[in-house]
Amino acid sequence: MEKNEHPAFRAEGLTKLYGSGESRVYALRGVDLEVPRGEMVVLLGPSGSGKSTLLNILGGLDSPTEGRVYFDSWELTAFDDEHLTRFRREYVGFVFQFYNLIPSLTARENVALVTEIAEEPMTPERALELVGLGKRMDHFPAQLSGGEQQRVAIARAIAKQPRVLFCDEPTGALDSKTGIVVLEAIARVNHELGTTAMVITHNAAIAAMADRVLHMADGQIQQTELNSHPCDPHELSW
Amino acid sequence: MLIELLKPLDRKLLRDLWAIKGQALAIAVVIGCGVGMYIMSKGMLISLAETRAAYYERYRFADVWAPVKRAPNALLEQITELPDVRRAETRIRAGVILDVEGAAAPITGEIQSLPKIARPHINDIVLRRGRYPDPIHEEEVLALDAFAEAHGLEPGNHLYGILNGTKKKLTITGIVQSPEYVYAISPGEIVPDKKRFGVLWMNREALANAFDLDGAFNEAVILTSAGSSEEALLERLDQLLKRYGATGAYGRSQQISDQFLTNEIKQLETIGRLLPPIFLLVATFLLNVVVGRLIDTEREQIGLLKAFGYRDRAVALHYLKMIGAITLIGIVIGIILGLWLGQGLARMYQDYFKFPFLLFRAPADVYLLSIGFSLIVAAVGTSSSVVKVMRLEPAVAMVPPPPPDYSRSARWLEMLAPWIDQPSRMILRHLYRWPKRAAMTCIGIAMSMGLLIGSSFSMDAMLYMVDISFNVIDRQDVTVNFVEPRNLRAVQDVLHAPGVLAAEPFRAVPVVLRNGQRTRREAIIGLVPGADLGRLVDTDLQPVPLPRHGIVLSDKLAELLAIRAGEPLRVEIRTGRRPELDVTVAGIVKTFMGTQAYMDLRSLNRLLKEDIAISGTYLLVDPDLTDALYTELKGTPVVAGVSLQEQAQNAFYETLQESLGTFVFFNTLFAGLIAVGVVYNSARISLSERGRELASLRVLGLTRGEVSYILLGELALLTLAALPLGALLGYLLAWTLVQSFDTELFRIPLVVSSSTYGYAALVVVLAAVASGLLVRRRIDRLDLIAVLKTRE
Repeated sequence: MEKNEHPAFRAEGLTKLYGSGESRVYALRGVDLEVPRGEMVVLLGPSGSGKSTLLNILGGLDSPTEGRVYFDSWELTAFDDEHLTRFRREYVGFVFQFYNLIPSLTARENVALVTEIAEEPMTPERALELVGLGKRMDHFPAQLSGGEQQRVAIARAIAKQPRVLFCDEPTGALDSKTGIVVLEAIARVNHELGTTAMVITHNAAIAAMADRVLHMADGQIQQTELNSHPCDPHELSW
Repeated sequence: MLIELLKPLDRKLLRDLWAIKGQALAIAVVIGCGVGMYIMSKGMLISLAETRAAYYERYRFADVWAPVKRAPNALLEQITELPDVRRAETRIRAGVILDVEGAAAPITGEIQSLPKIARPHINDIVLRRGRYPDPIHEEEVLALDAFAEAHGLEPGNHLYGILNGTKKKLTITGIVQSPEYVYAISPGEIVPDKKRFGVLWMNREALANAFDLDGAFNEAVILTSAGSSEEALLERLDQLLKRYGATGAYGRSQQISDQFLTNEIKQLETIGRLLPPIFLLVATFLLNVVVGRLIDTEREQIGLLKAFGYRDRAVALHYLKMIGAITLIGIVIGIILGLWLGQGLARMYQDYFKFPFLLFRAPADVYLLSIGFSLIVAAVGTSSSVVKVMRLEPAVAMVPPPPPDYSRSARWLEMLAPWIDQPSRMILRHLYRWPKRAAMTCIGIAMSMGLLIGSSFSMDAMLYMVDISFNVIDRQDVTVNFVEPRNLRAVQDVLHAPGVLAAEPFRAVPVVLRNGQRTRREAIIGLVPGADLGRLVDTDLQPVPLPRHGIVLSDKLAELLAIRAGEPLRVEIRTGRRPELDVTVAGIVKTFMGTQAYMDLRSLNRLLKEDIAISGTYLLVDPDLTDALYTELKGTPVVAGVSLQEQAQNAFYETLQESLGTFVFFNTLFAGLIAVGVVYNSARISLSERGRELASLRVLGLTRGEVSYILLGELALLTLAALPLGALLGYLLAWTLVQSFDTELFRIPLVVSSSTYGYAALVVVLAAVASGLLVRRRIDRLDLIAVLKTRE
């Protein structure tokens, strides 16, 4: 990455408060963060540590109570709903824990759903080949295994060639063998397309594949760990 | 808080109900419409029938009327001695032309005699205000309340009457109601016109003097003994009275006021039979869909409850309570609505039918029945879902259901797929995957449209009926009836009256028509050949010439006599020399009102063995000179009655707007509610089932509009598909209504104008759009964050 370029994300003093009065809960307490472009970032932490809230705010799904978020040179926290939708539509890919595929569309069509509205997408076929599903493109979600469904979800997320890929517990519902296949797909996208990837997990083993690991607890980033030699997903085990 | 006193499961019930309050209310309202409509129509039917019976009973409404030309009073004894006669009374009843200050057009009326002492025993009257005439004051009269009110006449006011050719100043002493004029309508008219038809009662002696009927009567009214044969009595009366110029005795079924009343009761019966089931059917469907899907979404909770040890029955009971609560709300809405509508209708009827009292009161069994129907509806609509709750194994229920399999899609759909975008594919596959659900939604919407057409079409049909009757068949502006049949020269006299452009004579002759066992008491109308005002039309509504020989029957009369063209019909003339002979039915013509028989005027007079005589003339009038004509007619002694086409039409339109307009308004409201109920429920349930899917799409960057399209596009498609189906259902409903409204008085043509279809479609589409907007607001507020974490 060249130095004069903006980082993928920059956050300043992010605070997120839920509820009010006695029942108020801090999900984030003044988080400062910089994510360089093209990195593979893993957010690690126990549940309730604020990692999902952070990801939702960076992904334009939620807004902080205080603080600012910049994506490239734009201030996301100043966007209205319409601009946030456009931001997600053009720059962001999402992978969910429970895949969230559309059951009435085939694998190819699930991907096409996104490529139809993107500006410079790859073909659905190419995206599915990238995740190793070139041969199951015309199957409906009900005909695919969990791992396959998650890889369709990754194909759907990367087909628009997003600048960032957000994965919330992508392996949470999968066994370790299938989980690794899914992580390989994410790593491949990160390496081959240069997509910045942020993966949430509570599985510490996954941290070994990241360039940067953010340890979260209590709504704060407790520790940032840089990994000069991230390993290949297939070397992981848990 | 009260809620804390409840068992946990009941608290869940209340909170669940609150959560689906919109949907629950939509269902309850549809049930309520059905219940309300039932209570209204059935209650009104019973109230009307009971009121009529009580009124007739208390004021001794006659069973038989036997008009004659002139018979000695002593004949009463012989009439009373006839078998089956319980009591008889004689009276004088005559046509009269009335002139009230401020009314330009002559008013047709009737005047009846009052016994010298006491009140009439048969057809007694109800004195609303004022007093009975004083026997020594000849000019004192009682007036029918509808007429008096229409002209603002009160006791003490005066009016003029032409009695047997002599104009007399009359003084009103009292305002009355009579069981004979519950529906006060002039003979030959289609709707009552309070202003244009008046009835007076006068001391017998004074009236006898005026009509040269001293010691005589011109009508006997009779109460029959229970279980007697009316037809036999009518025959005996005709035999006894034929020497006195009897025109034919008749029973209640041909008494015009009672005829209309019976007709109205029949219509109420039809409405009560047809419409509530439609609402209840829709409610059944809604309950089926909503409860079915609700239970699907609560699978895990059901499993959990069972895992905790709740018995199958207890869990099922929980859902039964929810269904029961919705139904109960529906019943309460229905009872309130029914009472409200019933009271409104009773008020409208009070204005229309003059009863001394008319209270809307539905007996307990009407309420019980409607409650019973609602419970059946609830049971039928939800039994399958409740059985499903009972059968659900806890272990199975706790595991989320597998994703729905869309792999078995239709080939035609897949061939279409390459040309349409992904969201549209989602819509089509979703519809194909749940065809029953789609069909039910579609049918539900179509039913609301059908209901609209079925109720609004009557306006089209009535307007059409009047247009044909007044502008194609009877085209005269004025009909003048003479006191006595007159020489044909009378036409010439009338032609000289101011403003008369053309005059066409007619003759009306009372007859009894017989074909085998079937008998009808009618009047044959003799028309001049080539008549241009009083015309005949065939079934295609094309004018047809009057055949030179033979008799022409209206289609309804031919149907009642079970006779076809070319067959002989026994005609017994009940006037003059009373000849009886067979006449060939020369043709059948179309009429929408009444049961008419026509003959060539010359043939008719030949039949009567008389010189050409006429009963009256049809006139075409210069509209600028009507006032002068009216003045002339009011002063013409030979004129017994005048009917004015334009005023009759106006009265008809007014009545139509008032009564049918109200009916159409409420049905529009109800049909709109059904449409909203169906569309809103379908949309809400789809949203709750597919909320996660739609929210995922929002996260993926689809805009609110794009996401709404997937859900609402499906409903739009179903609504569009429902439109032709709704048009068809509407036509069928109209057809059914036309069949059951086919009476001697009216035949409503099956005419549904394109504007009625358009109107119905518009209401349905607007209801759908309104429901869509309500749901759209919810789509806009979808929780995107929850989607990332939750599993279905």
